[in-house]
Order: sequence, then C-alpha cells, then structure tokens
Amino acid sequence: MRISFEKRLEQSRLSAILVPVFSFVMALIFGAMILLAFGVNPLQAYTVMVRGSIGSSYALSETLVKAIPLMLTGLGVSISFRMLFWNIGAEGQLAMGGIAAAFVALFLEKYLPPFLVLPAMMIAAILAGALWGLIPATLKAVIGVNEILTTLMMNYIAILFVEYLYFGPWRDPDGFGFPGTAQFPETAWLPRFTGRIHFGIIFAIIAAALIWFILNHTKRGYEIRLIGQNPRAARYTGVNIGRNILVVMLLSGGLAGLAGMAEVSGIAHRLYSGLTSGYGYTAIIIAWLASLNPWGILVVAFMMGGLIVGGDQIQIAMQTPAAVAQVLQGAILFFMLGGSIFANYRVRIIKNLEKSKSGADGYG
Amino acid sequence: MDNAFIISILIITIRAGTSLLYATLGEIFTERAGILNLGVEGIMIMGAATSFAAAYYTDDAWLGLATAVVIGSILGLVHAFLTVTLRADQVVSGLAMTIFGTGLASFMGQRLGPGRTTMIGLQSPSFERFPFPVLNKIPIFGPAFFEQDILVYFLYLLVPLLWFFLYKTRPGLKLRAVGENPRASDSMGINVARSRYLYTIFGAILISIAGAHLSLGYLQGWAENITGGRGWIAIALVIFATWNPVRAVLGALLFGGINALQFRMQAAGTTIPASFLNMMPYIFTIVVLVIITWWEAFLKRIGAPAALGLPYVREEKD
Repeated sequence: MRISFEKRLEQSRLSAILVPVFSFVMALIFGAMILLAFGVNPLQAYTVMVRGSIGSSYALSETLVKAIPLMLTGLGVSISFRMLFWNIGAEGQLAMGGIAAAFVALFLEKYLPPFLVLPAMMIAAILAGALWGLIPATLKAVIGVNEILTTLMMNYIAILFVEYLYFGPWRDPDGFGFPGTAQFPETAWLPRFTGRIHFGIIFAIIAAALIWFILNHTKRGYEIRLIGQNPRAARYTGVNIGRNILVVMLLSGGLAGLAGMAEVSGIAHRLYSGLTSGYGYTAIIIAWLASLNPWGILVVAFMMGGLIVGGDQIQIAMQTPAAVAQVLQGAILFFMLGGSIFANYRVRIIKNLEKSKSGADGYG
Repeated sequence: MDNAFIISILIITIRAGTSLLYATLGEIFTERAGILNLGVEGIMIMGAATSFAAAYYTDDAWLGLATAVVIGSILGLVHAFLTVTLRADQVVSGLAMTIFGTGLASFMGQRLGPGRTTMIGLQSPSFERFPFPVLNKIPIFGPAFFEQDILVYFLYLLVPLLWFFLYKTRPGLKLRAVGENPRASDSMGINVARSRYLYTIFGAILISIAGAHLSLGYLQGWAENITGGRGWIAIALVIFATWNPVRAVLGALLFGGINALQFRMQAAGTTIPASFLNMMPYIFTIVVLVIITWWEAFLKRIGAPAALGLPYVREEKD
C-alpha cells in the first residue's frame, strides 16, 4: 500500500474553503491537548476566550481594536509575499512608523495648524515604515542579499531603538518611571467611533481596496503576480524585478508604518513598550491563512484579533499565560500548511500487490 | 593589554559562540540535504525551555540535555513531514515553527515553575566549566579554550567529525548530492526523502542542543525570549560559512566576540546606551550578509546547495 499524490490542474475550490476551517478545528483540538498537558481545563479556557473576544459588544470592539494593526500589517506583508519577497520585517516597520508619528506629535505639533497634525503623522509614519522596508529591498534588488534575514534583523534593531527612545531621551519626565513618552496633545489623537475602535479601521479598508485594485487592475499588479508565479517568465518578458521589489516594499513597509501610527495615535496616545507586541509576526500567519486575498485578510485579521484578546482574557481570568494565543496561531498555520496538499493534489491510497518498480517508495 | 584581559574576552567569546555554533552546524546539515529550516529560533528556544525544566525537576543537567534531544527530533520530524511528505512551502513551515516554538516556550516559561508559576529566577543543575587536564596549561590558549563546559569540549570533537563525514565519506557525498541534484541522486539509488528526513531531524537535534546550552551552560537560567534572535543569526552564519562546518567555527567566534565586546564595553562603563550596544549583533549580521553576498557574486561562485528549498517530487518534471 502506498500513498500517491496527483497534481490537480486547478486548485480545488471546495478544499480552498474546507482546508482553513478544518485547520482551525484541528488546531483547537491540538491546543486543547497542550492545555490539558499543562493542567488547564481546555473547555473552560476556550469558553473564556470566546466570551472575552466576541461575547459582548465591548469584547467585540476590543477584538476589532486588536484587528486594526493586524489588518494593516497583514495587507502589507501580503503584497510582498505575492512576489515571493519574504518581508518578515513588518514588526520593525510598524515600530518605525510609531516613532515617526510620535516625533510629529511630540515635537512638531506646536508648529502645525491643528487640522494638519494627523495627516502629518500619517505621512511621517508611512515614510518611516517605507524607508525601513526600503533598506532590505535595496540590498536584495542590488546585491541579492537574503531578505528574510535582513528584514528580521531590522526588527530587532527597530525594537531596540523604540526602547532607547522611551527609556532615554523621549521618556516622560512626569511619568514616575513608566517606560513611555509623555501623552500626545489631543490634536494628535485619531478620532474614535465607539469603545476604543478608532479611525484606523477606515485606513485598513481603504488599504485593502487599494491592494485589491493594484493587484487586479494595474500593470504593476500584473507584474507582481507574474513574478510570484514564474520569475523566469517574468524576466523573459522584460519585467524589471528589482524595481518591483522596491515599489512593493515601499508599499508594504508604508502600510506597516501606518499601523504603527494608528496604534500610538488611536490607542495609547504615546510611544510605549506595548507597541511591538508581535503584530508583524501574526501578520505573516494572517496573510497566509487568507491566501493573500486582501478582503480575506480583513476577515482573518479579525479572527486573530479575537485570539489575542481571548488569550489576554484567560491570563486575567485563569492565570494561564496569554502565550496560548501564539501557540494556537502557530498550530493553525501548521495544519493549514499540511492541509494545503489536499487543495493542490488529489491524494489516493493505492493498494499495490506488486512491489513498486524501482524498489523504493515512490514519494519524496 | 595583559593576558588576563585577553583570556577573559576569549572565554566569553567561546561561551557566547557555543550555542551559535551548535545551531549553525545543525542548519548546515539540514540545508545540505536541500531543506531550508527557518524554524531555528523556535526549535532553539523550545530546547532551552524544555531542557531547563527537565534539569530543574530531575536535578540532572544530562537529563535536561536528553530532553532537548527528544524535543529537537520531534520538531525536526514535524518540519520534515510537512516539507518532504506533504510538500509544504519550506519558508512558511519554518516561520510557523518559529511562531509556534516561541509561543509554546513562553507559555512553558510562565507555567512550569513550582506551583504553576514562572521559571524565571529558578536555578537548575548546569554544565559547569572545568579545566581540561594538561591542555589547560598552554599559555593564554589553554585557559581560554580548555577551561570550558562539557558541551564546548564536545564541539571540539564534533566539528572535525562533521567535516570529515561531509567531505570524506560516502554518506557525506550522498548528502551533498541530495542537496545539489535530488533527481540525479534518486536515479543513483539514493532515497532522497529518507535522507531529507534524517538530516532535518539531525539538524533540529543540534539546534535544540544549542538552546540547552543557553539555559544550562551559558546563561544558566530561563528568561523570556532567551534566544533573542540567535536562531536567525545562526541561519545567517550558515551563509557566512558557505555550508562548511569548519568555517562555521570562524563565524561563531566572530559573533561570540561581538557579544564579549558588548559585555566589556558595558562593564567598562561606556556612555553608549545599552540599547545601541544590544543592536550590534543584528547590525553586524546585516553587514556580514551584504559582504558575503557581494563577495560571492564577485567570485561568481554558488555556495548554496542548488536544490535548497525546492521540494523533490519524483513523478513531476523539474
């Protein structure tokens, strides 16, 4: 008996929906086993998570609050993943965006007319994120330096830089030693709708529409998709891959930078230690789970936001580490990856009586 | 500079470089088989967490190390199953491993202490430094290289052995062939899938031991995010070492040296803020990557195994 994989000519549509759902369920079961192993009642934990993330209108609004930076960073990394440029650096790009926005709010605000403060913060944050992303993009486009490693190293550098600022020169002198800058003036606060849901949600929806439009209705989008599907063919047809890397990373880093601005201006109203809490890494999972579809990313980001809020809830209610959320995220991605073979291949179990011709197992 | 100062710098260099070297050697063997494992950071931190917990509760550092070996092989098996059998994207599978591993290790760190509390601040038996007879009498070199812990001494054997295996034995030749040209290897009767499984698991075991050396040897304790990007630096070191175990030593010493320099500058009361000192290894990694990539392009030499990162499917054309 052996297992045979036959490549499907087209991805199975049914499995494109079933696989993520199945992966989610399997990850929950797997997560339950881990919780059990550590002496946590999984049913109780999941109940607390669900109730804390979608069980009330307050819970829902908090989930949406967490989803906003995830949407923006998820959209950002998705466009670079489209052309198989592995931008793992959304975390650092977000941090740089936060820094730039804080700089405008703290030091330039008094020179600007009030209605220009928020736009200036947005532009500064987008530029900062884009420039931070442009460094690894340039190294890749010009010399061919591995972007996975450079974008990652730049996360560590950016996070340490934020730390330096709020522990050092930008620390709030009246903050009683709290690691953070002084609160921004109110002109630098993003307006809120209800609860803590802020204007960043609009940024995310516009960003999704923008990316959808670029990918499906512009020449640039066509080139990006072509590079992702077949770089060799792209090169033969005269597509300038280096230039596309630069453009895509400006966009990708810019969106992450905007996420950083939305966090400091919409939520904390200051630069603080919670800014870099892993959104950039969760963004990778989100982009992948949504098959890089911009609208799908908005939905998956909401789900992952719920997972994070739920994780915080079980920490508060059950003294169980919130890292459960991260474990579940990783597990979902594992099952999703394993399951995607069913979308791309027809799997058959063949009972063969004769030994396979070469004598070795026919898969590998 | 007096000798004592040079010796103290060298000792920290080697101690900080040890975990990097284990992880780099592991990743070299995995990549030689054509499998890219980006889960180094996750496997390493899982090795650090589980070995520390095991050593704490069994009161035996060796059982801690054994636990790291078991955990490493399980995680290596997962990556191999996903990428070899299920043909999943190697980049994404590795990233999933890192996210999963750092999450689970952080969970364990907050939960596995006595009474379901944190492991931070606990003390477990560890691999202590001891003078290696005779050799430690060599001036300067002796006290630096031969007053270390057992995992360091083990490396002195492992590096030449791995080098010999890779370049001078038939299985080593087969391993290199699988990473360069799996199709030709297959037609020569090498079981590509089996060797990819084997070296992914072997590599993950070394990576997990790298984590164990952090929590049981170098830092002797558990800290949240104890690996701090060392796994990623190890992946960069593989490129620096051009997939050669002996050159990996050079890279590990270089980065260990950066660590030692950082400590020295902090101890000497430099005015440079700690955050900037802590950036040094990451900035240095980027600089090294740029130089190496540029140099390789200049020499027009391709160092990476040609089939690195590509799934091999017998029934499909390349």
